[in-house]
Amino acid sequence: MAVDPSRSIPSGIGKLRSGEERSIRLKKAGGKAADILYAVFRYALVVGISFIILYPILLKISVAFKDKIDLYDPTIFVVPKHYTLDNIRMAMQIMDYGPLLANTLLFVAVTTALTTAACALAGYGFARFSFPGSNLLFALVILTILVPTSTLMVPMYLHFRSFDLFGLYERMSGRPGVNLLNTYWPSIITAATAMGLKAGLFIYIFRQFFKGMPKEIEEAALIDGAGGIRTFTGIMLPNAISPLITVILFSFVWQYNDTLYTSLFMSESALMPLKVASLPAQANQLIPQLMGYASNSGIKSDPNHVAMIVDTGILLAIAPLILLYLAVQRYFVESIERSGIIG
Amino acid sequence: MKTVGMSFRTRRTLLGLAFISPWLIGFLLLFAAPLIQSLRFSFSKLSIAPGGYGLEPVGWANFKESLFVHASFNRVLVDSIAQMALNVPMILFFSLFTATLLNQKFRGRALARSVFFLPVILASSAVAAAESAGLINLMGDANAIEASSGAGVSYNILSMVRMLSDVGIPAAFTDYIVEAILRIYDIISSSGVQILIFLAALQSVPGSMYEVARIEGATAYESFWKITFPMVNPLILTNVIYTIIDSFAGSPVTKIIYETAFKTQNFGLSSAMAWLYTLVVGILLIVIGWVLSRRIHYN
Repeated sequence: MAVDPSRSIPSGIGKLRSGEERSIRLKKAGGKAADILYAVFRYALVVGISFIILYPILLKISVAFKDKIDLYDPTIFVVPKHYTLDNIRMAMQIMDYGPLLANTLLFVAVTTALTTAACALAGYGFARFSFPGSNLLFALVILTILVPTSTLMVPMYLHFRSFDLFGLYERMSGRPGVNLLNTYWPSIITAATAMGLKAGLFIYIFRQFFKGMPKEIEEAALIDGAGGIRTFTGIMLPNAISPLITVILFSFVWQYNDTLYTSLFMSESALMPLKVASLPAQANQLIPQLMGYASNSGIKSDPNHVAMIVDTGILLAIAPLILLYLAVQRYFVESIERSGIIG
Repeated sequence: MKTVGMSFRTRRTLLGLAFISPWLIGFLLLFAAPLIQSLRFSFSKLSIAPGGYGLEPVGWANFKESLFVHASFNRVLVDSIAQMALNVPMILFFSLFTATLLNQKFRGRALARSVFFLPVILASSAVAAAESAGLINLMGDANAIEASSGAGVSYNILSMVRMLSDVGIPAAFTDYIVEAILRIYDIISSSGVQILIFLAALQSVPGSMYEVARIEGATAYESFWKITFPMVNPLILTNVIYTIIDSFAGSPVTKIIYETAFKTQNFGLSSAMAWLYTLVVGILLIVIGWVLSRRIHYN
């Protein structure tokens, strides 16, 4: 790190010593000291911020493995004395974890794949083809990013309540639309048409990336006889690994965490975000039963025990995301500058 | 092939349209149409009937009701805009600072980066909802007991406030700083993407510029303000806009709009609220964009 040595040395010392050589040597030593000091300061900062980020997760991990007895032991801080898997088992039972996770992952994977495909296509279209109105259309992409989703909530809800493609269904069958609420179709349709969660942003990322690719590659492909689609799938996409990773990761994570659309369209489906949001209430209700009391015995669960189970449940819910992140973060963190996020 | 007869230009146009067609269909069907519908709803009273709905025009009544009759909408709207105005500089400052930090070379940088982006992954409103429900209903986290029994580490903010005011810093500024410190977790967890954007910008600054500056005798401080800052300048606007948009999702206004629509079934009122919110945010974005873009230096 470039730190000016003359600044880090107090001027008084320089005056006391005579001889140019000595003062230069001193300056060098002072510069080195300043470097070390700066490095220490930087590590303190990085470690401190990392701690703030990791602390809640560490606490949840500690709570997840803590025995109930340890709850009321004031000498325990973070590291429990009695380890147990009871909390995890109970939280899994309350959330119906296995099927829930499989269901959520399948749903999120499908919507992520569709979103990525639709956005990559649109991004390439906007980056490489200039036809009348293409700039206006791209301005409309930006508009979809800027308008709050809450504006579209009610019409979307009504739209999917009686879904109909331009009135075709009604004309053909005589019945007004299909009710798609509480199926996965609303999300799948929005994902496939690049209208899902923050899809405008993804289109933007892809466009910026494809714009930065050299045109000569495509021209060469064209001369060699590749059509537009062939060029895209064979040449552009394999080169777009870093924006693909960025978009897939973001799309996956945001879809996994989304509560707005899921509670709007699929409030009765078994999806992770809905389950997590209702976890405290459910835990409160179910814990006495799980502990072997009859449901009408009037025994209330210990609030602190409930909080423990809720924390464990949250940890279980975010665990897949953390694992996914650990798997791809190497590509993600090192390839940001090429991901097209800034063009 | 059919396309042989066409000119190269027409073919390119058709191909381009084919590439954007999924988006175009989605835009017309799931964005433009709902947007116009929502505008119509905001001027009507909407009643849900089986398999459809009925509209009854009411003029500006929904807008009047949301601004002057509804118990909390205007207050929450102002509050959340004020909150946004507070948050944006904090997040911006923190993310630029962190990006500069993460762009330097030190051992364990990759690890630090992974940790710093972790909040992007974990920013879940569902988790936040579950946690806050836990706080309200259940007298605190499982860790609250530890805190109350004195085992937890608590930080006394008051001593810092006194110290700052003794130094002679204006009270308003102290408040701002204290708030920033108290909400450091919120700020960190909502600035992940912004750090990413700034980091990408920093990495695109050519290293030769710094070399020249060093040879000319510029300090690290000077080269930050004379090189780094102007080079990432355009991204500041991007980040401001992103931060504002990002605050929609968890905004209490969105919650009110949602509840008005789906709990009290007042769809017209909810649409009017949504449009007011959109208008306010839109005006804000235009003003910020206009002010900032005059100061931006594009290279």
